[in-house]
Amino acid sequence: MIDTEGLTKKFGNLIAVDKLTLHVDAGEIFGFLGPNGAGKTTTIRMLCCLISKTSGTATIGGYEIGNKENSLKIRKLIGLVPDNVGLSEHLSAYDNLNFFGKIYDCTEAQRKDSIKRVLEMLGLWEKRHVLAGTYSKGMKQKLAIARALIHDPQILILDEPTANLDPEASKTVRDFILQLKGEKKTIFLNTHNLDEAQRICDRVGIMNTKLRAIGKPQDLEPMASGRKTVIALEQVTDDVVKALKKIALKNLTVEGNTLTFDVFDPDKENWPVVETIVQVGGHVRTVNVVGLDLEDTYLKLVRSSA
Amino acid sequence: MRFSKAWLVATRDFKVFSKQKNIWYPIIVFPVVISVLFPVVLNFSLSRNGGIPAAVLLELMNSFSLFFIIGAAFIPLSIASYSIVGEKVEKSLEPLLAAPLTDGEILLGKALSALLPTLVAMYAASVVFMFGMDQMSFATLGYYYYPNWTIGTLLLVLLPVAAVLSIMFSIIVSSKVNDVRSATSFGALVFFPFLGIYLASMTHIITLDITTLLIIAGIIFVVDVALFFVSTATFRREEILTKWK
Ligand SMILES: Nc1ncnc2c1ncn2[C@@H]1O[C@H](COP(=O)(O)OP(=O)(O)OP(=O)(O)O)[C@@H](O)[C@H]1O
Ligand SMILES: [Mg+2]
Repeated sequence: MIDTEGLTKKFGNLIAVDKLTLHVDAGEIFGFLGPNGAGKTTTIRMLCCLISKTSGTATIGGYEIGNKENSLKIRKLIGLVPDNVGLSEHLSAYDNLNFFGKIYDCTEAQRKDSIKRVLEMLGLWEKRHVLAGTYSKGMKQKLAIARALIHDPQILILDEPTANLDPEASKTVRDFILQLKGEKKTIFLNTHNLDEAQRICDRVGIMNTKLRAIGKPQDLEPMASGRKTVIALEQVTDDVVKALKKIALKNLTVEGNTLTFDVFDPDKENWPVVETIVQVGGHVRTVNVVGLDLEDTYLKLVRSSA
Repeated sequence: MRFSKAWLVATRDFKVFSKQKNIWYPIIVFPVVISVLFPVVLNFSLSRNGGIPAAVLLELMNSFSLFFIIGAAFIPLSIASYSIVGEKVEKSLEPLLAAPLTDGEILLGKALSALLPTLVAMYAASVVFMFGMDQMSFATLGYYYYPNWTIGTLLLVLLPVAAVLSIMFSIIVSSKVNDVRSATSFGALVFFPFLGIYLASMTHIITLDITTLLIIAGIIFVVDVALFFVSTATFRREEILTKWK
């Protein structure tokens, strides 16, 4: 659905996006992760034909960016939620949406239907006649999402939709994005919230001017090796220590009633350890994997490129 | 360029304006002042001084009609700077730019939303003005002075080109500043040429006959065309998103 090949944007001497090559499938939620100034917004703007590219190519739904006629077609395919909600504050929520419905050539019946559907899904229907300027931040963000969906676009591009939202509002927005995935929409999500990316994205790309890594969240995690398993026991007996020394565990340390050792693939490596402990009569209280996850991969990649 | 799309942009602006008192003040106050207040004051001083010589009245009426041009430059200034700087402040241009509209359609929509209220206000004011003045001209000159070809040229040719000048200028100014007030004060620069014309006519450097009016309109039209190119270059997506402050 979205394909870029060597996509580059320079602002004068500053390279904002450097030879970005990526592919997003139809129906997929793609998370575009990166720190401030990584070029996420710039990438989105190029994809939506809002700013020109410096070099490289990109196609959206089969249309190549960079020519005027395609621009209009591409913009019709896309619903954009920009990083600033950009609502007309002096118009009601309904009027905000209705205007965009008209711009996208929706018939009156389509507009009515789709406004009702989207506002109901986001829990704003009761407040549809209230001025958008009086909405809370979370409500504004939802309204901006509603606006991007008014023409039922195939592709939804969101620029940090949950930044500035409280945890509950963020969750509503995330749940809503997942619901849209059910409707077979392709979703391109800019975020620097790793937890969010991990929870809802099928694949993520880690960006810092250049694309540093791309893949499923769980595939990227092991890229930064060095996770540890922490097992808390009722009591660490000599028998337990002896038994564990027999199975070669890396960097095993004992502190009080807690055992810690390095692990690469917790799903495969942890259960034999637990089994061994139980066999020699130990009582396991908790088993945890700590340290490196997507966040560490992310930080490692972002720092190494800085 | 699809006119229907530009019209959508303009009608949304009208809806926004309808909820903005600040925009209404110049649209209402200026026309009321020139169409009602001036004839009333003139009439008052006439009755106190036992009449004005016909030549003086004629001259007053002629230079006075230039206020319609000044109004046509003034009103769009406050509308256009509000409608563009206002959107900048609300950041509501970006979603609009991401919609399937061309830059030209958005720009035309913005221009229409400033032009139409100006024309409606100034033409309504001119009807009231001519009616009021005619009462005096009938008393002093013995005939109804308005309507005549000179005011016709002024209202139908000079006034629209002056309004367009002000709109183009406001668009360019709006791209450089971040609050409505400085947009309006910068935009006020557009008054000076018109003030110049007014003073020139008061001091008899020029006479405001049809030929002079047409020449002035022609010059402004050329400037309009030049500013049109500057404003379309300013009002491009990429410029708005990357260069506008
Ligand atoms: N109009 C512009 N002119 C010059 N440089 C720009 C412009 N827009 C962006 N940049 C630069 O390009 C780089 C990428 O910016 P961009 O806004 O794409 O980052 P981002 O990943 O969206 O960051 P954030 O998380 O803060 O939103 C930054 O270094 C920024 O300073
Ligand atoms: Mg950004």
